[in-house]
Amino acid sequence: MKSLKRILAMSAAAAIAVSCFAGCASNTATSSEGEANGATGKTIVIGGSGPLTGSAAQYGVGVKNAIELAVNEINAAGGVNGNTLKLVFEDDEADSGDKAVNAYNTLKDQGMQIFLGTVTTGSCLAVIDKSKADNIFQFTPSASAQDVIANDNCFQICFTDPNQGKASADYIADNQVATKVGVIYDSSDAYSSGIYNAFKKEAQAKGLELVSEQSFTKDSKTDFSAQIADCKNKGAELVFLPIYYQEASLILTQSNNVGYAPKFFGCDGLDGITSIENFDTALAEGVMLLTPFAADSKDQATQDFVKAYKEAYNGETPNQFAADAYDGVKILAKLIEKQNITGDMSASDICEKLKAGITASDFSFDGLTGTGMTWTAGGEVSKAPKAVVIKDGNYSALE
Amino acid sequence: MSNKATLAKAKMLKPQTKQSFTTYIMVIAAFVIMMVLSSTGNVSSQIEGLLVPLCVYSILAVSLNLTVGILGELSLGQAGFMCVGAYASALFSIATNESITVAWIRFPLAILVGGICAAVFGILIGIPVLRLRGDYLAIVTLAFGEIIKNVFAALYVGIDSNGLHIALNQADMNLAEDGTEIIRGALGVKGVPQDSTFVIGFVLLMITLIISYNFINSRTGRAVKAIRDNAIAAESVGLNITKYKLITFALTAFLAGLAGALYSHNYATLQAAKFDYNMSILILVFVVLGGIGNIRGSVIAAIVLTLLPEVLRSINNYRMLIYSIVLIVMMICTSNEKARNLIISVFNWLKDQIIKLKNMIIKPKTKEVK
Amino acid sequence: MGFLNNLINGISLGSIYAVIALGYTLVYGIAKMLNFAHGDIIMVGGYVIFYSMTSFQINPYISVLLAVIACTVLGIVIEKIAYKPLRQATSLSVLITAIGVSYFLQNSALLLFGEKPVNFTSVVNIPSISLFDGQIVITGETIVAIIISILIVVGLSLFIKKTKSGRAMLAVSEDKDAAQLMGININRTISLTFAIGAGLAAIAGALLCSAYPTLQNTTGAMPGIKAFVAAVFGGIGSVPGAMIGGILIGVIEILGRAYISPQLSDAIVFAVLILVLIVKPTGLLGKKIREKV
Repeated sequence: MKSLKRILAMSAAAAIAVSCFAGCASNTATSSEGEANGATGKTIVIGGSGPLTGSAAQYGVGVKNAIELAVNEINAAGGVNGNTLKLVFEDDEADSGDKAVNAYNTLKDQGMQIFLGTVTTGSCLAVIDKSKADNIFQFTPSASAQDVIANDNCFQICFTDPNQGKASADYIADNQVATKVGVIYDSSDAYSSGIYNAFKKEAQAKGLELVSEQSFTKDSKTDFSAQIADCKNKGAELVFLPIYYQEASLILTQSNNVGYAPKFFGCDGLDGITSIENFDTALAEGVMLLTPFAADSKDQATQDFVKAYKEAYNGETPNQFAADAYDGVKILAKLIEKQNITGDMSASDICEKLKAGITASDFSFDGLTGTGMTWTAGGEVSKAPKAVVIKDGNYSALE
Repeated sequence: MSNKATLAKAKMLKPQTKQSFTTYIMVIAAFVIMMVLSSTGNVSSQIEGLLVPLCVYSILAVSLNLTVGILGELSLGQAGFMCVGAYASALFSIATNESITVAWIRFPLAILVGGICAAVFGILIGIPVLRLRGDYLAIVTLAFGEIIKNVFAALYVGIDSNGLHIALNQADMNLAEDGTEIIRGALGVKGVPQDSTFVIGFVLLMITLIISYNFINSRTGRAVKAIRDNAIAAESVGLNITKYKLITFALTAFLAGLAGALYSHNYATLQAAKFDYNMSILILVFVVLGGIGNIRGSVIAAIVLTLLPEVLRSINNYRMLIYSIVLIVMMICTSNEKARNLIISVFNWLKDQIIKLKNMIIKPKTKEVK
Repeated sequence: MGFLNNLINGISLGSIYAVIALGYTLVYGIAKMLNFAHGDIIMVGGYVIFYSMTSFQINPYISVLLAVIACTVLGIVIEKIAYKPLRQATSLSVLITAIGVSYFLQNSALLLFGEKPVNFTSVVNIPSISLFDGQIVITGETIVAIIISILIVVGLSLFIKKTKSGRAMLAVSEDKDAAQLMGININRTISLTFAIGAGLAAIAGALLCSAYPTLQNTTGAMPGIKAFVAAVFGGIGSVPGAMIGGILIGVIEILGRAYISPQLSDAIVFAVLILVLIVKPTGLLGKKIREKV
């Protein structure tokens, strides 16, 4: 037993030594790379961070793919302003603590000059103060909580949660879609509860009757029978689903099984529901959603993007996370050109230039997720959500 | 007779003292090296950012080892205690941020608050569950950990001129205009002062090690070990099983609470989702790999297993798979006579080969042949 | 009406828990170990059914049969590789190994099948029953789950009472050493127990994924733990106890979710476990075991 312990201790010590050497090695490698960049002044390093493993991996992978796609397109077209873009992307596991900060630090070691991240709200909140301290421009594709943009170096590409909740309540009330409303939301998710809280506030102000407010958590997201039964019993004519499409598809299936067919209304998280494998899309018929991006949209830019994405990534359909990230790179490229940014500038200088550029009154951007997007100094984007309804398995616009 | 006994006792204590001091020296040496490297600017920001988490995980592993190794019971609620410590200390820091402006007074107090709250939870949970045996105890601690996580994730706490408001969703808090939200459900707590530093982490780790070693070698610790080895026999010689189990459990929870406090003051945001079942298992992996009952091993394993996946980020996908295999193989190798002998003989064979190789290259000295 | 609906939903969920709990209770009763990986075998069963139905277009019932076979083999293999070397080890080592196996299955599935949940097609095609103008609906899945769980309980009880292997299992659970002296092959009996438990897990997987049609690598973990709660509630080692415990836990969970708080429904189930263990550690139908020095 004793000798076994000694053996284990020895192997552990060896492993430490190896890891330290590896650490030093990677350290020196990145610093020399940084110098190389400084000398030639041709590469701008964009860092990205999101969950590539764990339960939220599908969102992180989508964002990573889309950034890669956009960066490749820009580089293939000769770069921007004489610079080529280089993407470094690290996995933060959608963690709100050490994993997110480690990912950020690793990106910094790799010479990141602009931070296009993070994907999830929790991770974003963990690193905003770090990026502020380093004065690195942070541009998040999909972290939608309002707290994310508390610092002046951080801007959002997606809507903030409160905006989505408010817009949804306004749409339902103004168009008299329903008066008795039920909500099913994920109380363990910042995105979902953020929208719900804003929705509730606005719904009450607009005189909508919230008859049933039901929640679920990350650990119990397969059985919705109790929540559906409550909405049904209280006579909700419309069920608001500020959640992601995977859970929404289960709610639709289970409602159908018990013969409950209210109107369903969702936010951008529902985008992707028609492309779920093995899901009876007939059930999604008539579902309304507010989304900045619809993969089935007929406009040329969207169709080109979806086609390129599918070709590059095994036929996967991009969701709104990917679209936001793709727009993010294109917005950065436009700003780099406009502000005459080059790769030999420090991250802090780039940050100041980008901040000035993005809030300038003459800057606006037409992308996949909206036209005429502008940004406030607070970091919030202004773009109009599109209300769509699912008809024959496709999105069609509501007025 | 009594002289003989004390002599024997002194002889018995010696290796234990030696063992504990070797561990202290190792940790201090690692700390000094890191401080020198970091002050001369030789550490990447990645490694720099990992220093505090390394202390956090080492403390967690050492404290869990008290329950698993010394008490011999499996607790799967370590993350729950850490969660209590993290939230309690964070709330304390936020509440006193304005009244105690000096961080080096406020932070130790916050750490203490975190530790004590976790210990109180440990005792509360311990009283009913410690009557249970192995498997039941494990599942109940798991249940408690999940309950704590779920409750914190659902909790909204705010404060305004009317006092404290606690609710299960934001709107039900009915905060007045001047109110501030402290805990915001799944979004967690923000605005915790970032007081944690590597120095404080190191001090906490040293305190944890000193407490643990002294506990193990104390009268109480020996009683706990007696209970682990044979509960019924221990009871029949008059040991109060529940009392000793409770002490160990509370100590584990207290130390986990310290780690939680250190953790929560290292990041800008604190979310309950972090403290799930996987976190408890991760710490268990540290304990198992480091050797059940081996305090120094826990520290080493925690450091290696935290550093490795960060440094070699590409293996991240396989990390959990590797951990699971580590758990199974370690258990079979240490508990199964055949497997254990096989491994030892393989290692001995390897050692012989290495010595032979050495002898071929360098002329053997008497020292090495030994 | 609302209450009745919730009750039906609870019984539906509960009968699935019952089938899972039967596997737990068998293995715990005979091998005296908490097979943490039991829930993950459910997930494996689910994936076998999913791929044989979607990729190979095999008939649902044959798919379930395939899953039962695959899981039985998996159960025996796990027992041989991971648990058998630990027959003489402490319960701590066995439990840690079982956690290791559980994580191994979950993470292998993650690497093999990806992190994205898949939508499962129900293997049941019995229409729903609608009562009182559709105010109460009993789904086909509910009916099948209840019937199957009753069939399994009856079958298993008969198996244990009437067959030689069944009686051997009973003997091993009573006293391992005495059973061995009576000429019972302990290793074979324990392997058989694991095989039956894993086969039941496959059936539970079919029921679980049909009723709540989604499948990912962690699908079995939570239901597995809750089913263990059910097994403890009913009295571990008792076949009818597992059935009663399963139904009760299912009903408690759904009613808690509907009438107390959805966020805390899991907490309520776990609180029930703790209460049961404090008040009556042997469960509703369990036998008292006295420990000897």
